[in-house]
Amino acid sequence: MTVTEERPTTEVGTPRRRKEDQRLVTGRTRWTDNLQLPGMLHLAMVRSPVARAKITSVDVAEARSAPGVLAVITGSDVADIQGSLPNAWPVAEDQKAPPHPAIAVDQVSFAGEIVACVVARSAAEARDASELVDVEYDELPVVLDLAQAAADTELVHPDLGTNVSARWVFDSAEACSGGNVEDAIQEARDGGILIERTYRQQRLIPAFMEPRSVVVDPTGEQTTMWSATQIPHILRLMLALTCDIPESKLRVIAPDVGGGFGGKLQVTPEEVVTLLAARQVGRPCKYTESRSESLMVAHHGRDQIQKLTLAAKQDGTVTGLKVELLADMGAYLGLVTSGVPILGAFMFNAIYKFPAYHFACTNVFTNHAWTDAYRGAGRPEATYAIERLMDELAQEVGADPLEIREKNWIKHEEFPFTTVATLEYDSGNYEAATAKARELFGYDELRKEQAERRERNDPVQLGIGVSTYTEMCGLAPSRVLGALSYAAGGWEHASIRMLASGKVEVVTGSSAHGQGHETAWSQIVADRLGVPFEDVEVLHGDTLVAPKGMDTYGSRSLVIGGIAALRAADKVIEKAKVVAAHMLEASPDDLEFSAGKFTVKGTDKGTGIGDVAFAAFHAHDLPDGFEPSLDAEATMDPDNFSFPHGTHLCAVEVDTETGRTTIRKYVCVDDVGKVINPLIVEGQLHGGVAQGIAQALFEEAVYDESGTLVSGSLTDYLVPSAVDVPSMVTDRTETPSLTNELGVKGVGEAGTIASTPAVVNGIVDALRPYGVSDVPMPCTPHRVWTVLQAAGASGGGAA
Amino acid sequence: MTQINVTVDGISYSDEVEPRTLLVHYLREWLGKTGTVVGCDTSNCGACTVHLDGRSVKSCTMLAVQADGHQVTTIEGLAENGQLHPMQQAFHETHALQCGFCTPGMIMQAIDLLKDNPDPSDDEVRLGLEGNLCRCTGYQNIVKAVQTAAKAGGAT
Ligand code: FES
Ligand code: FES
Repeated sequence: MTVTEERPTTEVGTPRRRKEDQRLVTGRTRWTDNLQLPGMLHLAMVRSPVARAKITSVDVAEARSAPGVLAVITGSDVADIQGSLPNAWPVAEDQKAPPHPAIAVDQVSFAGEIVACVVARSAAEARDASELVDVEYDELPVVLDLAQAAADTELVHPDLGTNVSARWVFDSAEACSGGNVEDAIQEARDGGILIERTYRQQRLIPAFMEPRSVVVDPTGEQTTMWSATQIPHILRLMLALTCDIPESKLRVIAPDVGGGFGGKLQVTPEEVVTLLAARQVGRPCKYTESRSESLMVAHHGRDQIQKLTLAAKQDGTVTGLKVELLADMGAYLGLVTSGVPILGAFMFNAIYKFPAYHFACTNVFTNHAWTDAYRGAGRPEATYAIERLMDELAQEVGADPLEIREKNWIKHEEFPFTTVATLEYDSGNYEAATAKARELFGYDELRKEQAERRERNDPVQLGIGVSTYTEMCGLAPSRVLGALSYAAGGWEHASIRMLASGKVEVVTGSSAHGQGHETAWSQIVADRLGVPFEDVEVLHGDTLVAPKGMDTYGSRSLVIGGIAALRAADKVIEKAKVVAAHMLEASPDDLEFSAGKFTVKGTDKGTGIGDVAFAAFHAHDLPDGFEPSLDAEATMDPDNFSFPHGTHLCAVEVDTETGRTTIRKYVCVDDVGKVINPLIVEGQLHGGVAQGIAQALFEEAVYDESGTLVSGSLTDYLVPSAVDVPSMVTDRTETPSLTNELGVKGVGEAGTIASTPAVVNGIVDALRPYGVSDVPMPCTPHRVWTVLQAAGASGGGAA
Repeated sequence: MTQINVTVDGISYSDEVEPRTLLVHYLREWLGKTGTVVGCDTSNCGACTVHLDGRSVKSCTMLAVQADGHQVTTIEGLAENGQLHPMQQAFHETHALQCGFCTPGMIMQAIDLLKDNPDPSDDEVRLGLEGNLCRCTGYQNIVKAVQTAAKAGGAT
């Protein structure tokens, strides 16, 4: 039994309207780009228009004498002090990585790389002058195709001797977590079912709405950086290491941050350049990227080729899965670039009991912008692959896709369950979520309608897409990260201060950029301490205010940071109890604490925690040895991940004459464990599902053959608008996580992970009668139409 | 430099601006109206939406000099006497914002939408907001917010 069940809870579980809204709906916001500091200068970056070249000369003379310009900084000016941008996840001991300068010194490796920086009095003057910097390039052949890159015919970084950064392999036979996949494949070949597919995870752009911005104030003892970042703490440490500045001389602030989705989980060249520029000129400097710059150089996501082999018995029982990935790193390794595909390694087996599993990933350099975390990071790719394969298996067996899944999934009574990929799933109830989704969706009726449309050869066919997913959340147990050679831990920190007036300050190391921490943490702490929700103030996002933290990504905030806050609250109560006992002239053991009040058991003698806080503050009469303050801190390092899961069902209409797809119904039932605030959970799902739909239908970062990003503006890169995404039905089942006191699992990435395969499965399902078994993403009308034409040409046709 | 006279959120300003200054930059950098934000450079995102004489415009798509002699209302001028505008209130009530970066533009556009169509269908709301991008919410609660505000007389 968890402790929460013993206490009255009034806040946890209620749809509290968010605290953070007041400033956001009235425009009283603190975006980094809002900052104006005395004497502040502005930066503009000169970026390479070509994808690969030797820099033969950089002439800054004209720019330097342009109006308002104070400095022009080139790569050679800072070659000795700029260090190399960090990669914190060397996935293999022999991982190869090129030096990664913030400003290119003698060569560029992707279009958009910074070659110089102009510092001027205004942003307009900086931009004007940046056009006067004359750079000469000696262009080199580009490497863009992943398979060609892996073949090493032309090298992105000749000094490395190869384009392969690392190989990473997991094999269940070697790990003793399952059998040998080659045996399973052989058996399937001799009379079972063997499904071999290659899927492409197209390159995506996170496209957070607030462009990245950074301000550095070098005056004073500590250099202060404001940045639109998800990771103020990691950034501070990495900047210190990269630029050789004592960590104690740096303060990093992430003020209001307008979305991240992994895209602001980075130590960026722009942050380093702004820091160097500000220190050089001795005045505050600001750099804010344009949207075009952001799309071009803020790290991209996905971009993998997945070669998959699924072995099964005739009845549809899976006997083995083999995964061979080619993953595009782009031109450099960013903070966790190399680890992203590896995170997927643990998720290809998803909710299923696979007896044998082999995963091999080859990380390859190309002359693209570098990839890194994007909502789900590795897990959406894995989930897409396996959920597409399960549909192919169902087709092969001639069974309903839900039935095939049920045949293979981990049954509710089988938890806890150790998977073939060695993770221990603590809890789950796939049956319950699926049953609920099925009903809300009207699965049987829609299947009936589908049959009718097929029967009458309707030009608009109906497809039903299924996705039953799980994910590993709450990144991550530090020892697991250590075993995966990640450079840092996965803990989170919180401290709580009871102020003299009884108000409460909660300091969390995990800072939000839309997730509503201020509200959710207030709910947790208000319940625990028995104080009003309004009396709790949540502070975060500033290394001075919240000195310790591991920041926000990987659906970790609540599961780790929220629990840290809960534990800090418990410590405050323990401390307060000593003072309360002294005040009530009782023994601490005789006190009970409920709804903010200590009472002597069996009497009506009691005192509120606010009074205790005041007593601890004035300190006139405290127990001997008690330090006059009522605060506590706690650090949570989880023992295990948490495993949200759910069933998403998508009905898609496909016009076979035009290729146009329309999502008619989208139902998701997710199990994210206990819910602190249902409103926030729903919102996360809405946004997540929309982003997953966007991958399925709209988005792709496209380069031309010279390595120029063609989809370089919001006109060309199709971030969906309100007319492009459907209204959806969200519901929940609640199977508490057993790995933390609140039973919470995390929800930030669930929707994105689940929805992409649900949509594509639906489209393929609609087109099965035409002999279609795949449509590459994004499934634009043109793509769908082309696939249909090809299928028609090869003899397919409606039933 | 060109002289302009503009009323922004009820206060009259008289300034000399460079003719190339965009209205959004004038608002943010000259007047400190940083509630209005910039999300793109191709007029796609709508984050910069304000009202010019009561109708929505993308302030990144106008020069400050074009606002000469006009009334501009930004997100900061909506609430009156500490009372949120019904549209602001509806966004809060229905959880129609997460990071909040799109929110000022979204709210300004939504108010304009209801002016034209005080009782829109969900599809009409979606169509009316097509020029405003949100990356966080999937738009579902934004549609709900506009409908909630419509019921509360959100066009005024
Ligand atoms: S800033 Fe994007 S439309 Fe104005
Ligand atoms: S709330 Fe973040 S972009 Fe809309």
